Amino acid sequence: MSGTSAIEKHTIAVLVDNEPGVLARVIGLFSGRGYNIESLTVAEVDAREALSRITVVTSGTRMIIEQIKAQLDRLVPVHKVRDLTDEGPYVSRELALIKVAGTGEHRVESLRIADVFRARVVDSTNESFTFEMTGSSDKLDAFIRLMEPLGLVDVCRTGAVAIARGAGGL
Amino acid sequence: MSAPAPAAPSATEALQPGAEVLLRALKDQGVDVIFGYPGGAVLPIYDAIFRQNAIRHILVRHEQAAVHAAEGYARSTGRVGVVLVTSGPGATNAVTGLVDALMDSIPVVCLTGQVPTHLIGNDAFQEADTTGITRPATKHNYLVKRPQDVARTVHEAFYVARSGRPGPVLIDLPKDILIGPAPYTPPSEAPHRSYRPQRDPDPASIARAVAMLKGARRPIVYAGGGVINAGPEAAAALADFVRHAGIPITNTLMGLGSFPASDPHFLGMLGMHGTVEANLAMHDCDVMLAVGARFDDRVTGRLDAFSPGSRKIHIDIDPSSLNKNVPVELAMVADAGRALAALNAAWRADETKQDRSALAAWWEKIEAWRATKCLAYNQAHGAGALIKPQYAIERLRELTAASGRDCFITTEVGQHQMWAAQFLHFDRPNHWMTSGGLGTMGYGLPAAMGVQIAHPDALVIDVAGEASILMNIQELGTLAQYRLPVKVFILNNEYMGMVRQWQELLHGGRYSESYTASLPDFVKLAEAFGAVGLRASRPDEVDRVIKEMIDVDKPVIVDVVVDQTENCFPMIPSGAAHNEMLLGPQDKQVEGPVSEEGMVLV
Ligand SMILES: Cc1ncc(C[n+]2csc(CCOP(=O)(O)OP(=O)(O)O)c2C)c(N)n1
Ligand SMILES: [Mg+2]
Repeated sequence: MSGTSAIEKHTIAVLVDNEPGVLARVIGLFSGRGYNIESLTVAEVDAREALSRITVVTSGTRMIIEQIKAQLDRLVPVHKVRDLTDEGPYVSRELALIKVAGTGEHRVESLRIADVFRARVVDSTNESFTFEMTGSSDKLDAFIRLMEPLGLVDVCRTGAVAIARGAGGL
Repeated sequence: MSAPAPAAPSATEALQPGAEVLLRALKDQGVDVIFGYPGGAVLPIYDAIFRQNAIRHILVRHEQAAVHAAEGYARSTGRVGVVLVTSGPGATNAVTGLVDALMDSIPVVCLTGQVPTHLIGNDAFQEADTTGITRPATKHNYLVKRPQDVARTVHEAFYVARSGRPGPVLIDLPKDILIGPAPYTPPSEAPHRSYRPQRDPDPASIARAVAMLKGARRPIVYAGGGVINAGPEAAAALADFVRHAGIPITNTLMGLGSFPASDPHFLGMLGMHGTVEANLAMHDCDVMLAVGARFDDRVTGRLDAFSPGSRKIHIDIDPSSLNKNVPVELAMVADAGRALAALNAAWRADETKQDRSALAAWWEKIEAWRATKCLAYNQAHGAGALIKPQYAIERLRELTAASGRDCFITTEVGQHQMWAAQFLHFDRPNHWMTSGGLGTMGYGLPAAMGVQIAHPDALVIDVAGEASILMNIQELGTLAQYRLPVKVFILNNEYMGMVRQWQELLHGGRYSESYTASLPDFVKLAEAFGAVGLRASRPDEVDRVIKEMIDVDKPVIVDVVVDQTENCFPMIPSGAAHNEMLLGPQDKQVEGPVSEEGMVLV
């Protein structure tokens, strides 16, 4: 079809009315049209104007990415759609809670690696740690992979939130 | 601030039952007719309707028909059609109509009743998650949970339904909100807080379009339903452009009537059952101007073989239609009418000359394609001759034209629909209503009803198949009740002809479940509903029944018994390219061009 069929990964910020059903509209659009969601986060960011901000990480060909943005933009409660990946540098962060159970050498090793990754201990028992870690999704991936052989029990991640670098707003 | 402020109406004075507020809002939106069906959850609205005269209610026989009727009303007037149905089954019955309106970009506002707010989520009697079910079936929907939102939501719904790319909008109204006191707010002039579609074209893009089109050696215009949705001025601007530039034009199924079919620039419809000249001109053109059309798969055929050598310009009000299926060189978000007006102005202001000799050579090529007379058929007239469906439709065209009446055509879905599209000629917009995107059997009769309500003196004809017409046949009751002289012109081949055609061409002639045994006697059926029933079985009876149909001031069913084996040609099998058309029965061997991939696309 189009010149390039290479799959690209994009982080898209969407400003929406914080009203019932708005998340269902966005998710329904992705599932109904067969688009991919790698992660999606949403929370109210402006209580006075009742606006929520959605960060969605998606992937597809260039034509699909353009479709996704156009489809999002024509939803009635959508105010703005910005492709952070296209529009210059941006900061993307994700928070994870990671539980590791083990004793002896493994336990010490997990704590040592957590220190290197700047993960914080937010809960501990005699045979477990729960780490809180914030960073790029890649960094979280790397940390979790290192925890696997050390007794990884549970992972909970928020999905990425992202904002453009520089003084400009959405 | 010294002048005494006008006495503000006291809060209690200003409050009325929600249902009254609803009707007042509809009135302020210019609504004169509602198509609906009552039930428990909407009784307060029916009570309010009973106590007023400004808005007429048309009682349909099935909620699906209410939506199609509203679509027919909308498409023939350019206004928003209005539907009112009850909760639960009323709402679910309306869903097919809503999706139909969504696919064909028809402005409709559908009001649904809902159980009282405190019962929502309780599996209450006749409760359905209507906003959940219809989210992907509408352009937008609302659940009104506060009395103060009733009027504002109605005004917003009408704005959303008709703005940008039009579509169906649903408002779910819990019964307590309809009964309880609510304030009224008039329509607001303030811009919508988030939904503000772009209507004006970018002037630089218009200039580029002019340059591309003036430099073209083999240009073509491909115009769709967006031109009709943009209003009669858009169609006038299109005709002006095409004639001034001397460029050939083809229409989509939805776009028929946006350019006069009688004009020699018109190549007919394109796509799966389009003409040879339209499809080959699309395939071979060097610059294509697509306006208000969406490169639907029924139009493009195999995408990688679709007009491979052309530079494409695409104008559409919906940004998500641009570069969706076919990448284009110049994409322009704009209202079709405004864009065409801007194009006309820029074209005339620009000094560049067209390559007239290249254009003449292009026309010569097109005339040679046209000379193949791809729609030709053989109508025998001797003893035992069967009526060819194409002949019946051509006679319908000639005799309705001769009647001098303002004639509106709706259709059902199948072969008859394609023959109607090929053989009836539309010179004006808003006179042709067919279910294009969804292909909904059962659309035509209720749509015709809606058209006739909007145009009481016009000749309104539903070109039907015997299978499709049974899907909303109950609406004959509505025609009788409101004395709507709609004509149902059935091409009766006893088969789901379009299904039979595919089975013949692609499935080895195994006619699995496409024959309808035990069809009703349509003449008697008409009579049972107080309509007139007529039948033609021989070619020499066709004119007589059509003339009688036109002359009778009553609903009429004409049962035209046609050749059951006739197929609709030309045909581009799914997954084939525009230059791999089947022209007639002699081209039956389609094993070649139809790949498995093509079969999937059916
Ligand atoms: C609601 C619905 N169900 C099924 C179909 C699939 N379908 C398309 S055409 C057709 C046959 C229509 O038969 P008829 O109305 O007799 O028209 P003909 O093709 O014979 O002219 C069918 C079943 C459809 N389009 N709509
Ligand atoms: Mg049939």
